[in-house]
Amino acid sequence: MTSVHVTDLVKDYTIRNGLKRTRLRAVDHVSLELTPGRTVALVGESGSGKSTIAKILTRMEKPTAGTVAVERDDGTTVDRSAYRREVQMVFQDPFASLNPFHSIEHHIARPLRIHNRTAKGEETRERVLEMLERVNLTPAANIAPRRPHELSGGQRQRVAIARALAPGAKVLIADEPVSMLDVSIRLGVLNLMGRLQREDDLAVLYITHDLATARHFSDEITVLYRGRVVERGPADAVILDPHHEYTKLLAAAAPDPERPGRVTAADPVDRDAIDNSACYDHFAGEWREAGVPAAEAKAVTRAD
Amino acid sequence: MTAADNRRDEAVLTEPALTEPVLTVEDLTVVYEVEQPVTAVKDASLTLHRGEILGLAGESGCGKTTLAYAVNRLHRPPARISSGRITFHDKDGDDVDILALEDAELRAFRWDKLSMVFQGAMNALNPVTTVRAQLKDTLLAHRPRMSRKEVRERSEEVLRRVGVDPGRLGSYPHELSGGMRQRVMIAMAMLLEPQIMIMDEPTTALDVVVQRDILREIVRLRDELDFAVVFITHDLPLLLEISDRIAVMLEGEIVELETAEKLYREARHPYTRKLLGSFPSLSGERGAFIRTGVDETAPGEETPEATTPTVPAQAPTEERA
Repeated sequence: MTSVHVTDLVKDYTIRNGLKRTRLRAVDHVSLELTPGRTVALVGESGSGKSTIAKILTRMEKPTAGTVAVERDDGTTVDRSAYRREVQMVFQDPFASLNPFHSIEHHIARPLRIHNRTAKGEETRERVLEMLERVNLTPAANIAPRRPHELSGGQRQRVAIARALAPGAKVLIADEPVSMLDVSIRLGVLNLMGRLQREDDLAVLYITHDLATARHFSDEITVLYRGRVVERGPADAVILDPHHEYTKLLAAAAPDPERPGRVTAADPVDRDAIDNSACYDHFAGEWREAGVPAAEAKAVTRAD
Repeated sequence: MTAADNRRDEAVLTEPALTEPVLTVEDLTVVYEVEQPVTAVKDASLTLHRGEILGLAGESGCGKTTLAYAVNRLHRPPARISSGRITFHDKDGDDVDILALEDAELRAFRWDKLSMVFQGAMNALNPVTTVRAQLKDTLLAHRPRMSRKEVRERSEEVLRRVGVDPGRLGSYPHELSGGMRQRVMIAMAMLLEPQIMIMDEPTTALDVVVQRDILREIVRLRDELDFAVVFITHDLPLLLEISDRIAVMLEGEIVELETAEKLYREARHPYTRKLLGSFPSLSGERGAFIRTGVDETAPGEETPEATTPTVPAQAPTEERA
């Protein structure tokens, strides 16, 4: 099994404005651990750096600093080609992530062939059908020759999941996998991901801004705010006992019919007072400096 | 305490104290006249009361947008209203039969009495003109005699109302953030002080924090200006929080129309219960869903797609939120 250790990840983007160049730090010393069988949810507002982290993990972007180490159980590091096989991504928009010109079969057969998972045409076809059945797209023989436009959004996202698993993924990065789907279908897709995770002992990074599903479908939640981790801990602890102002604001903003009539209620925190200088770590039970290398982060005292 | 707060409180205790109706839809049927005609809205009846927020829930393809468009007569062929009546009850006592309006009357009616915040409102602004020009265009189309000064003042006022700095009047849509564009759209919809605003998924794709801001704005404006809102979304927890009453649509039919409180506590229709069961609860027990309408004994095997209305394979509809 494979785990991912992300240490002090930094990503800077250069913004050119006329002759002026400014640096935007999208990700600032973020450390994460993805271990087999566990789901880590990454939550935060748009622009907080969630997707940048996903892109770095899938090697679509290079980090400015920091390391991403992928290790097997026996302690060996995973080499480059194996990395591309074992770390796979499911994208947000199943309408854009599948090629409209190709059949569903092609989408799943291609990663199988590229990564030498199957040799012969017949074998590939069998594997494709097997994959489709695993993601509950049945009858598989009927689905395989179709093109993406003939499937519903939920079905397409299932194809995207099958495609990610086809080369033998061990680590799954899911960037808002259900936000574009109808609500009644979301649960089915999330449950499917949960089942596949148990079957294959996958390490999952679930990127979302939906706190309710983050809580129910992950073991651990990491809250990002302006590129830094401001709170981390077990899913229930972070949602039910938030410490950082931003997490409190998020928890209060999510719709919750158990507390009706709160639409006009004021924010629980002063928005201008939200900063990202410190991170509350529920595992350690203390505040630590944020935006500095993990080994150097000192405990800080902070009222919460 | 405002009138709206009262309404909310009473809704919890007893039946809501409903005011006079502002819009009545009776047995509305909308058909898409394609090769195999599709009845997108079937015999839908509902009454919208003055100052009320009516939620319209259901998944994509259930006909909620078609219904909203038909009320405004914005539907285009092949969609056709095959039967039904839509009556608008004006503030000054006149009843307007919307389906009988002539073109010119219809143009005058739209936006002035009933405005709409369209789905994907973030992208509904014209990208090549400024916010100022778009507000001015709307104002002058309906109030041709307005002076420049009045146009400017009104534009600034509506922006201020929705919480956008009037200094952004000169901005092009791409210079605004998603939440700001959404606010500008809402400002545009309330520009002429309509009595009804139809909002089609106004907060989908926005951050929860920004979404909360917009909702707060809508409720506040409703309390101030007392317009009625039809709020269309598939986000049921959100509707339960802000609506007075909620209509649930399934395959073109309104299967349940109840006060938010009642719908939440004692939903009658199995589909409503299923919808309620699709949302994990934020503050409840871990593994608890908003209302346990779905059998959760076998998580992972649950495939709601199998039980939801099946879309014919040849006609995949937008399922996109």
